[in-house]
Amino acid sequence: MISERWLSLGVLVALGGVALAAMALDTPYTITLATRAAILALAAAGLNIALGLGGLVSFGHALFFGLGGYAMGILAFHAQTYTPLDLGLFQITGTKSMPVIWLAAVTLSALVAIPVGILALRTTGVYFIMITLAFAQMFYYFTLSWSAYGGEDGLSIYVRNGFPGLNTFDPIQFFGLCFTLLCAVLWLSARLKRSPFGLALGAARQSPARAKAVGLSPMRLRLVAFVLSGAIAGLAGALYADLNRFVSPAMFGWHLSGELIVLVILGGVARIIGPVVGAGVFVMLEHFLGQITDFWQIWLGLILLFVVLFARGGIVGLLSPKGGRHG
Amino acid sequence: MADPVLEVRGVSKRFGALVANEGITLDLRPGEIHAVIGPNGAGKSTLIAQICGTLRPDSGEVRLEGHEITGLSVAQRARKGLARTFQISALAMEDTVLENAVLGALGASVSPWRFWRAALSRPALVDRAEAALARVGLMQARHRRVADLSHGERRQLEVAVALTLGPRAFVMDEPMAGLGSEGSADLTRLLDALRAEAPILLVEHDMDAVFALADRISVLVYGRVLMTGTVAEVRASTEVRAAYLGDAA
Repeated sequence: MISERWLSLGVLVALGGVALAAMALDTPYTITLATRAAILALAAAGLNIALGLGGLVSFGHALFFGLGGYAMGILAFHAQTYTPLDLGLFQITGTKSMPVIWLAAVTLSALVAIPVGILALRTTGVYFIMITLAFAQMFYYFTLSWSAYGGEDGLSIYVRNGFPGLNTFDPIQFFGLCFTLLCAVLWLSARLKRSPFGLALGAARQSPARAKAVGLSPMRLRLVAFVLSGAIAGLAGALYADLNRFVSPAMFGWHLSGELIVLVILGGVARIIGPVVGAGVFVMLEHFLGQITDFWQIWLGLILLFVVLFARGGIVGLLSPKGGRHG
Repeated sequence: MADPVLEVRGVSKRFGALVANEGITLDLRPGEIHAVIGPNGAGKSTLIAQICGTLRPDSGEVRLEGHEITGLSVAQRARKGLARTFQISALAMEDTVLENAVLGALGASVSPWRFWRAALSRPALVDRAEAALARVGLMQARHRRVADLSHGERRQLEVAVALTLGPRAFVMDEPMAGLGSEGSADLTRLLDALRAEAPILLVEHDMDAVFALADRISVLVYGRVLMTGTVAEVRASTEVRAAYLGDAA
């Protein structure tokens, strides 16, 4: 069996290797697939903080993914149309700068996650699942009718946003950006998991009564985890929008929330590298089986069924059974 | 006489028509073990819940070191030094023994809002946790997962986690539950020594342990305190015999 550290390293090297090999073979579409996997992995890594470490089954993380997407879409839209963005009290100009857009996406997602978390965390179990779903659907229907930004047609951004010193039109350079952010977030998650906060959050998940009895507030721990989790999903949404140069209400859709949960479970709940494995497998199935049949998700469903019934630790759990606690 | 550490004054709680606690008054003095006994349904669990903060009394008050804590949450009471153990072990089962003990040290010393350096590489936390584990005899087992521990070891860990809080008072809900005679004897010796650190309010069914440990005993029957007295007084009481010991013996 493989130690978790080597497995994580191997998975990241494989993902980076696929993109580099595709560059060498001059198959940019494969780089795009690798980039898509990296971005989905980033979003799922965000969800893994709430779902894996905190035990919060959010069925509404598309909310944050969509907010990140629309933060990018709206800022870039105003930049490409040279119209100021009117925020009521003051006006700002749009921007095509990725760092600024990322900051906006993360901030917006975190700010929305606070009230959503405060309300949703009053419930548990199936009610928590439903209330998070409801918030995401609210934004879905809102953007559907928000004609200023394309309504149901979505919003196209003609030119990919820029990053200082890089040519983001080059697929491998954009992949490099996404991959670097993914690695940074995974590293942060690994630190977080072992930190006092991670220990307290894990205890609040396993035994709320115990957490309270030692003077901790499970509610506050969960809220912080939820906000962090949402902020990371927001960042992923901004990148996803830049990958496709398109945002639409579908980014808020429950399909996407469900897919993110599937990625986490497939890879291995609460396993740091789990989301990357889940996203990698997902994108590969989508690509290879998608060529054969439109109904490729049937096979995904079967794999998921197998994982849930026989391999609770997901794919990472199968390959590296015990390393979850100490590496 | 020294001021009591923990006081329960006239605490009443009813659930609909059921009177679970009625005007319960008792106190816990420095250095003592005060046992609370009574037949099933006497209201012991309700009393514990109100002392620890999971239930609010309908009337009456709870005081810790002279300060009223009746309105405080469970977590606030814990931070003030009220350490409880659970009748059914409430531990982080996937975590190791040491991590569970560190959790207690975490609640007591630093805030949990530290996101960077690993909890297990913080000497302030680990030293405190290991001191508590050594005290209950779990140092050898510190890297084992709680899920793999025996029932007796989990009972010991419950006490160790309470110890890491550096408590002013212990509230122990049937710490001997499910232990064999050897396990009970070990835990009895441990609690005997612990009273020097903080007094213990002990709810317990194991009468051997209660008679061996208690400085005073309060007998609860139908939600009221039937009597409070020394072991000898309680044993001699015909009322208690009728209400409780008679049934048990």
